[in-house]
Amino acid sequence: MVMLLGKKVGMTQVYDQAGKLLPVTVIQAGPCTVMQLKTVDTDGYNAVQLGYDDLKPSHRNNPQIGHARKANTMPKKFVREMRLPKDVEPEYKVGDCLTVSVFAESSYVDVVGTSKGKGFAGVMKRHGFHGFPGSHGTERKHRAPGSIGSFASDAGHGGRPKRGKKMAGHMGSCRVTTKNHSVVAFDEQRNLLVVKGSVPGPAGSFVIVRSVNKA
Amino acid sequence: MARKEKASNATKTEMLDAVEKQSLKKDIPHFEIGDTVDVRCRIKEGDKERIQIFTGTVIARRGRGINETFTVRRIVDNEGVERIFPLHSPNVVNIRPMRSGKTRRAKLYFLRQRAGKAVRLAQRHGKHTVSE
Repeated sequence: MVMLLGKKVGMTQVYDQAGKLLPVTVIQAGPCTVMQLKTVDTDGYNAVQLGYDDLKPSHRNNPQIGHARKANTMPKKFVREMRLPKDVEPEYKVGDCLTVSVFAESSYVDVVGTSKGKGFAGVMKRHGFHGFPGSHGTERKHRAPGSIGSFASDAGHGGRPKRGKKMAGHMGSCRVTTKNHSVVAFDEQRNLLVVKGSVPGPAGSFVIVRSVNKA
Repeated sequence: MARKEKASNATKTEMLDAVEKQSLKKDIPHFEIGDTVDVRCRIKEGDKERIQIFTGTVIARRGRGINETFTVRRIVDNEGVERIFPLHSPNVVNIRPMRSGKTRRAKLYFLRQRAGKAVRLAQRHGKHTVSE
């Protein structure tokens, strides 16, 4: 598996060879710097720490500047780890720069992002409930969840609504993974990765792109 | 001084345009609203592919970049037929302007209300050369 950090640029369309118009998302993936290598001996697990998007050193405190200096680079806005299996040694060195070409051999990728925040959302929007009829005597509860339980439905446990009952609440701005985007194109010069379909989050938000091992 | 790896200074539009650009055609002939054009378009029927020619008047052109489309209208058996072609689709193989028409509008939707000889537009000469 290879992983890169990046930024969602936005969506557009491209034609494939068959003349089909594909909806695609453009991701600026990399360049990422290897900030630190974690090994079983030192940290209990194997991982590669990647950093993306430079920051002014004056915007960070000394420990973070020092951490970046070990990799001979600037402090980064977005730092995440690529976890490796216990028996796999990392093949990179601290200070290495990974570009979008690491995906040259992958035809599918997963994208992890933070979804757009929807605020406090009702059950129709949040869970896809069907609500109540618009007319035929319905009053003041067109989008209501309906019954959330009775004393009997959870009798013996206090007669409460069941745990995990789908209700209204905060929706969005959480970590979401979309899987198996086919890679349509990549542009090494501009560090752009073009994947089919939509990925979580607004344009300009940070995303993690991982290759998928598919037979 | 630490090594800098600025991701890119390109704006969102520049990066999206760079991706779109690879799907755009470079050899689109100049044609205008009111022109009569031959559109050669690839049609797939099962495994077979063939080229169909649709001839008519360009009555509208809308969108930009990869979304640009144009509408061609013709009369078949006294019935108006309109087809909307994506300008940059690989299935639109060739567009050939045959005759230019004189128009004062960007959208010729008024032609839909007309029938018979009134559909014809006055010819404008010297606007573009018809390539043979």
